[in-house]
Amino acid sequence: MANYREQGIVLRTHKLGETDRILTLFTQGRGKVRAVAKGVRRPGSRFGGRLEPFSHVDLLLYEGRSLDVVTQAELLASHAEVRTDWARSAAAGVLAELVDHVGVEGDRDNHLFLLLRAGLQSLDAGPPDTGVFIDAFLLRVTAAVGFRVETTRCASCGLPGPHPFLSVVAGGTLCSDCAPSGTRAVASGVVERLDLLAGDAWSPLVALADDDTARVAASYARAFAEHHLDRRLKSYPLSERQAIA
Amino acid sequence: MLYEGAVQDLIDELGRLPGIGPKSAQRVAFHLLQVDADEANRLATAITTVKETVRFCARCFNISEAEECQVCRDTRRDPTVLCVVEEPRDLIAIERTREYRGRYHVLGGAISPIDGVGPDDLHVRELIARLDDEGVQEVILATNPNVEGEATASYLSRLVQPLGVAVTRLASGLPVGGDLDYADEVTLARSFTGRRAVD
Repeated sequence: MANYREQGIVLRTHKLGETDRILTLFTQGRGKVRAVAKGVRRPGSRFGGRLEPFSHVDLLLYEGRSLDVVTQAELLASHAEVRTDWARSAAAGVLAELVDHVGVEGDRDNHLFLLLRAGLQSLDAGPPDTGVFIDAFLLRVTAAVGFRVETTRCASCGLPGPHPFLSVVAGGTLCSDCAPSGTRAVASGVVERLDLLAGDAWSPLVALADDDTARVAASYARAFAEHHLDRRLKSYPLSERQAIA
Repeated sequence: MLYEGAVQDLIDELGRLPGIGPKSAQRVAFHLLQVDADEANRLATAITTVKETVRFCARCFNISEAEECQVCRDTRRDPTVLCVVEEPRDLIAIERTREYRGRYHVLGGAISPIDGVGPDDLHVRELIARLDDEGVQEVILATNPNVEGEATASYLSRLVQPLGVAVTRLASGLPVGGDLDYADEVTLARSFTGRRAVD
């Protein structure tokens, strides 16, 4: 049984027995890890407060037969603001659910780890609108596992765009020849917005307007992620996005 | 090899209880086989009685054997202060302190987006109705100090504060008898923000 050290973000926790918890972590070096944290539900536990969902921690674990066991935990970022605010907590719930779904145990995925960390940092900074970060995260995680939304050319025939028709199943914009008849064209702002949402930068997202374009892009992002990842997101209906989507 | 009919049924049923695995279930089953019929009957009666007589209080959703629970029926209780807890167990924990003389409201859980549990799955609407009906002046949010509990407290305070009712949250901080250098950063930081003047 070997000890190992790993940085990770707590995705969710389950109660185990009287005072323990099972943590689902997304780690930088080993992908998803499920580990037992002993005694953390007791008041006065040595590391109870550090191992709450959305905490970014430096851990020492030892390999158990089925589950690993946390022996030490150092807090790197608590994302405390996310936890104490209902809207941000609900948004972070979507992030965690998504990473829990696409993450694979024992499979290193540094890109996904950095995405999750950046997403939580952005929410922690207190944006006025949390929904835009959910949209961006949905598209970026879907891209990370291989389905990037196509915005510059036709997703079907490859004709350089931009094109005004959108398809979830085809994976992006479609030209007028490829779009099924009766498809309604979307405003040009929607495609531009999707491009920005699926991009790499987080800071420009704060300035994005919350208008009709946002609504169309948000519902597209959700449909796109749910279709390609084959998962209905339980936490989505509880987030602020639901109010407008 | 499996045991015969009734014994195996008992083991299976016991194995469904929280914290009891197949081995413990087998041990308890054999214990029950050895004890007097009277003792086994007492256990059986206790289980059926609790399922028949215990229900949720119509007012606060605490467990109760009557229409309303003991706390709600007690006229000496202060009706203007309402303590909101997640589970009936939490209510008992607070009662043990003998510090609180107001009434309670049991939510029946906490908001947990990742598990798909939202405000509509809890007794939130009933809480809001009580505030007006009972002339409540202060709501104490006593949900657990974890992510779900904090999210619930944040949601409730956004809902209750505009109604002109004072909203307070239980303090977080150092455990009595604990060591400062073993406290985690989150707890220690909270105890700093929540510090108070010494009388």
